[in-house]
Amino acid sequence: MRCHLIDYLPQAGGQLSEIYPKKPIYDIPGYPTVLAQELVDNLVKQAEPFNPGYTFGERIETLEKRDEQDFLLVTNLGTTIEAKAVVIAGGLGCFEPRKPEVEGLAKFENGKGVNYMILDPEQYRNKKLVIAGGGDSALDWAIFLSEVCSELTLVHRSESFRGAPDSVDKVLQLAGQGKINLHLNTNLTSVTGNGKLNSVSLINTKNSEEILVDTDYLVPLFGLSPKLGPLENWGLNISKNAIEVNTDDYSTNISGVWAIGDINTYKNKLKLILCGFHEAALMSHSVYQYIHPGVKYTMKYTTVNGVNSF
Amino acid sequence: MIQINIHSDSDVKSLEIPNDIGINLMELLKAEAYETIEGTCGGMALCATCHVKVTDSIPSLSEPSNDELDMLETLPFIYYESRLACQIKLNEDIQQLNIEIIKN
Repeated sequence: MRCHLIDYLPQAGGQLSEIYPKKPIYDIPGYPTVLAQELVDNLVKQAEPFNPGYTFGERIETLEKRDEQDFLLVTNLGTTIEAKAVVIAGGLGCFEPRKPEVEGLAKFENGKGVNYMILDPEQYRNKKLVIAGGGDSALDWAIFLSEVCSELTLVHRSESFRGAPDSVDKVLQLAGQGKINLHLNTNLTSVTGNGKLNSVSLINTKNSEEILVDTDYLVPLFGLSPKLGPLENWGLNISKNAIEVNTDDYSTNISGVWAIGDINTYKNKLKLILCGFHEAALMSHSVYQYIHPGVKYTMKYTTVNGVNSF
Repeated sequence: MIQINIHSDSDVKSLEIPNDIGINLMELLKAEAYETIEGTCGGMALCATCHVKVTDSIPSLSEPSNDELDMLETLPFIYYESRLACQIKLNEDIQQLNIEIIKN
């Protein structure tokens, strides 16, 4: 069997590499303590003899079962992958932009004025833009786009910023020069438009003043939160944001699809890396038998001939 | 013992837990199956998926760390009483907590 790994993140390792690479982990057998990235590096090295393939920076959008042992997977960039079996090890899902609860916001998503990330700054050239948020991302983009937009408004719900001091100073300086319309202690309340966004309503939380800002675009930048994403639509049995599995082999309700790690749920589930290893071992044996029906399985141990006998 | 009163929607659940339980508030709330408490990062103040309101505490909780404040800063809405549950260690320093679960 060969394995091909596809991950939306730019590298292997999931949240260990992306969120807390420098944090020590204490509950991996054999390691009294190990840094998250060190563990990932070791796992990648351990997998090397088996020549796995990797596709990074792409997310599987659709999973089509054409027949038993015949799956077609398509990524967000259009890459297609054919596989005999599919294992979902998606952790807590994909980290997607956190959306504020603002009246009417959803109506202007998908090209109608509300974006949750800035992919192409040129889109905003000579346009009016409102950025909401107070983190580093909001500050950095506000600084950069103040030279691109015809009018840039930055809305932040607090009195001050906790971002990088240099960025904060620069934003305040640009506000002083009139290049950024800065609204502190201010929340978004609603958005309006006719098919396309044309204004954003704000409220000052200190003096309750209501403010209407004409704009072409609104970009709320409030960090990321995990969502299951497209796999919610693949016909899998989902419970409490996780995939239900059979603990005999961690198979799902779709024959030929398994789910292991934090993405699955079952009675007495423990979200531990340790348990993910156990689930992966049982899943692998089950996948082998699915792909090779009728072949008598012989258990092999690495202690006999090392990894090259596999 | 620590008295913890948890307000969620219109429900109130009161718990008494030993003050040597050795867990944080996020871990307790997950154990109590509050679904909006995700604790994605495992308690490192890196994701803000355990955002709660601490409406009262006896005695007062220590001030949030810079890491916690930085992470709270990324949320669209916070309150004066906002805290990350993962940063509140349940120990002998606390006698009573009143908290409110927030739908993030």
